[in-house]
Amino acid sequence: MTTHSFLLSRMARVILPWMVALSLIVFYRGHHLPGGGFIGGLLGAMGFVLIALGDGANAARRALHFEPVTLLTVGLSLALLAGLVGLLFGPSFLSGMWLPAFSLPLLGEVHLGTPLLFDAGVFLTVMGFSLKVVFALKEVDS
Amino acid sequence: MTLFIAILILAITGLIAVFTKPKGGAVTAFALVPAGVAAWISSQLMRLEPGEMLTTSYPWFEPLGASLDFRLDGFSGMMALLVTGVGALIVVYASGYLKGHPEMGRFLLLLFGFMAAMLGVVVADNLILLFVFWELTGITSYLLIGFEHEKADVRKKALQALLVTGTAGLALLAGLVMLGQVAGTWRISEMLEAGDVVRASSLYPAITILVMLGAMAKSAQVPLHFWLPNAMAAPTPVSAFLHSATMVKAGVFLLALFSPILSGTSLWHGTLTVAGAVTLLTGATLGLVQTDLKRILAYTTLAVLGMLTMLIGIGTDLALKSMVVFLLGHALYKAALFMVAGTVDHETGTRDARILGGLRKAMPFTATAAMLAAFSKAGFPPFLGFIGKEYVYKTGTALDSFAPVLVTIALVGNILLFALALKAGWHPFWAKPQHGLKPVSAHEGPITLWGPPLLLAVAGLACGMFPGWVSRALVGPAATIITGVPVETELALWHGFNVPLGLSALTMIGGILVYRSRRLIWLKQDMVESVQGPLSVYERFMTNVVGWAKSSTRSIQTGALRHYVFVVMAATAALMWWKFVRFAGWPEWSGFEGFAIAPALIGFVVAGSAIMAAVSKSRLHTLLALGVLGLGNALLFLYFSAPDLAITQLLVEALTIVLLVLVLHRLPDIKPKASRWLKFRDVSVSVAMGAGISLLVLKAMQVQMGETISTTLSEWSYPLAHGRNVVNVILVDFRALDTFGEIIVLAIAALGVVALLKRNPEAEKEDSA
Repeated sequence: MTTHSFLLSRMARVILPWMVALSLIVFYRGHHLPGGGFIGGLLGAMGFVLIALGDGANAARRALHFEPVTLLTVGLSLALLAGLVGLLFGPSFLSGMWLPAFSLPLLGEVHLGTPLLFDAGVFLTVMGFSLKVVFALKEVDS
Repeated sequence: MTLFIAILILAITGLIAVFTKPKGGAVTAFALVPAGVAAWISSQLMRLEPGEMLTTSYPWFEPLGASLDFRLDGFSGMMALLVTGVGALIVVYASGYLKGHPEMGRFLLLLFGFMAAMLGVVVADNLILLFVFWELTGITSYLLIGFEHEKADVRKKALQALLVTGTAGLALLAGLVMLGQVAGTWRISEMLEAGDVVRASSLYPAITILVMLGAMAKSAQVPLHFWLPNAMAAPTPVSAFLHSATMVKAGVFLLALFSPILSGTSLWHGTLTVAGAVTLLTGATLGLVQTDLKRILAYTTLAVLGMLTMLIGIGTDLALKSMVVFLLGHALYKAALFMVAGTVDHETGTRDARILGGLRKAMPFTATAAMLAAFSKAGFPPFLGFIGKEYVYKTGTALDSFAPVLVTIALVGNILLFALALKAGWHPFWAKPQHGLKPVSAHEGPITLWGPPLLLAVAGLACGMFPGWVSRALVGPAATIITGVPVETELALWHGFNVPLGLSALTMIGGILVYRSRRLIWLKQDMVESVQGPLSVYERFMTNVVGWAKSSTRSIQTGALRHYVFVVMAATAALMWWKFVRFAGWPEWSGFEGFAIAPALIGFVVAGSAIMAAVSKSRLHTLLALGVLGLGNALLFLYFSAPDLAITQLLVEALTIVLLVLVLHRLPDIKPKASRWLKFRDVSVSVAMGAGISLLVLKAMQVQMGETISTTLSEWSYPLAHGRNVVNVILVDFRALDTFGEIIVLAIAALGVVALLKRNPEAEKEDSA
């Protein structure tokens, strides 16, 4: 498949930052409203998937700046780290530990804790998985 | 805990070695660690009264009876000294033998790992812990024997050792578990009191047979002996360590350890005596025809192990004491002789006894070490080997029954061992060289190569010269532990003119005669080696196992996704329907209550698209239909207020489309002419599966086994987990461990996809052909 869609290629570049921003918002609001790491990770991958479709896997890789495997590794490590915090400072592995709440402009009351860290791990793992698979298939394709 | 720390120190030293990759003198310095441990153990031993035990305990896994119990007494102390003391010398020797080896770090890691495990075996006081260390010696020795893993032959022989000792290790585990249950304790030191209970138990024969099996495989008793000579594929420092003081002695150690608990029946004494005697004669006879120095020594090790097992089998106080003396003597001279064989190999390039000869001038220090060790092995006075041999004869002549038989066996065995000792330790240095090998081309190795064997050989001599000291410090305390009663401890060189002395003289004469006729015996090598032994049984068994594994894999793992999906679906459907029919657990028809038009319409579309997907002849149509199906599902989720699920479904649907677009044109056409029977089969399974799942869902809504958790989880969500989206809270907090498992699966799946796609092009061609 050597066909190259100018439209897809251009639009993907325009959409990418919005997709990434959207994925982060969906991820962050997930604790109270529909969203979260899984959905966020899929959305985050979508922007890069579009670039891969338009300009090929290597272009998407350059836009991503990381190897998908790195995302997988970092994601799993974050999830593990979130679990270990509970093991070391709390009752058991993966039990939720929270920092005191504080307020930020725009975000309002912010409540940081290990579940959020864990969710970030899920986010990155899902994103890494989707991109790894798409890139690999795309490379077989070309 | 200090014993445990000593074990850990050895293991950690190995880890340090593998990371620092030491060279030259630095390797030699590693010997300081086991030497230090040995010094510490001897300082502890000096404070012990005979029969006293130093025990420590630390909780590990109490519910299963496994705790970190350790024990230091006369016997385990002597063994621990051998392990660490000989171990230190082995490290020195290896630093010379494997000088400049690129994988020195790995070698030291394995060697220290083995040493730690072996130390664990001899000082563990808990059955489970003992077994853990026991298996660790098996694994580390497997890796050591297979150190030169580039060679297929070496790998095969290492695997042989692992399989024989490892399989028997399973028997041992079963035996130990039963023993622990019968005795009511997992601590060996407490079990010593429970011997009567164990012997009275109906499980006693099973326990004894299983324990003996495990120990006899480890100590290479006939017919499980064949792995030991083959384990000579290991580098010589490994052979010197494993087959003198450690690995093969583990079995003997275990038998001696359990002797107070399990002995006293004809099953125990009979089996061990016979197996030991057979092994003694087999090993010594097969050793006679060997020409490779290391194989000669391997067979003498077999013979000695047989002797030790036989003595444990005889089981009188005197026999057990002889066993200890013999064991100690053997550990010293055998390690030395192995090292000498390695040095000769290292400096001349051959271990063939037929070629070697006259090396004494070129290698004076090695020759001295070899001579001293060989004399101890042969049983010349005043070496420790002589005392050991005397005690064996004393044991035999003092027996009430079978004395003539056992003494004869011991005599024949000792004569052969005598000849073998000369062949391995005397012949290469003092015999006339043959076949034009120029001994001048040989030269003395560095001190690291001749120092350790010389030290061990001199130790054997010193022990023989000061028997009183040895018996007070080592043999007496050890024998006291094994027999359970204080043992008269005085060893001596001279007992006056008596039967044992006469037998010793006879041994020497016979041994020298056999040695003189060595070249004649070597001619018979091919004839003896061609006899089909247990090794061929093992090999046939392995061939069959591998063949069976291959054929069963071929029939189960077809490689066709269709096949796998079919099996999974058919099995699941069958189980569901069996449950419904067998227990008549059909869901009740609840009428049209709660019927709504919107979900019914969506459901209609979903069902229709599913049918379309199934009957379509074109892959593209199928894809479209599946897309409609997925979107319909998302709508259903939305309708029933599960936005998270709906969003996820939509996104996954989109991603699936992308993936399928990428591969669509690479997929083969839908099989145009599936046979009628195949269609019927697939449709039946699909219908059974679909209908089964529908029934199951209906049923699930009617059955309430316990209080529903969804309300509690919703209530907990905000106060406990600070989150209002209960789905997300469940994912990342309440059931985070599940999610953790799932994302690990994701990562593995990603790697799997990559592996699948990066197959070699050849396989790809075959597939498409």
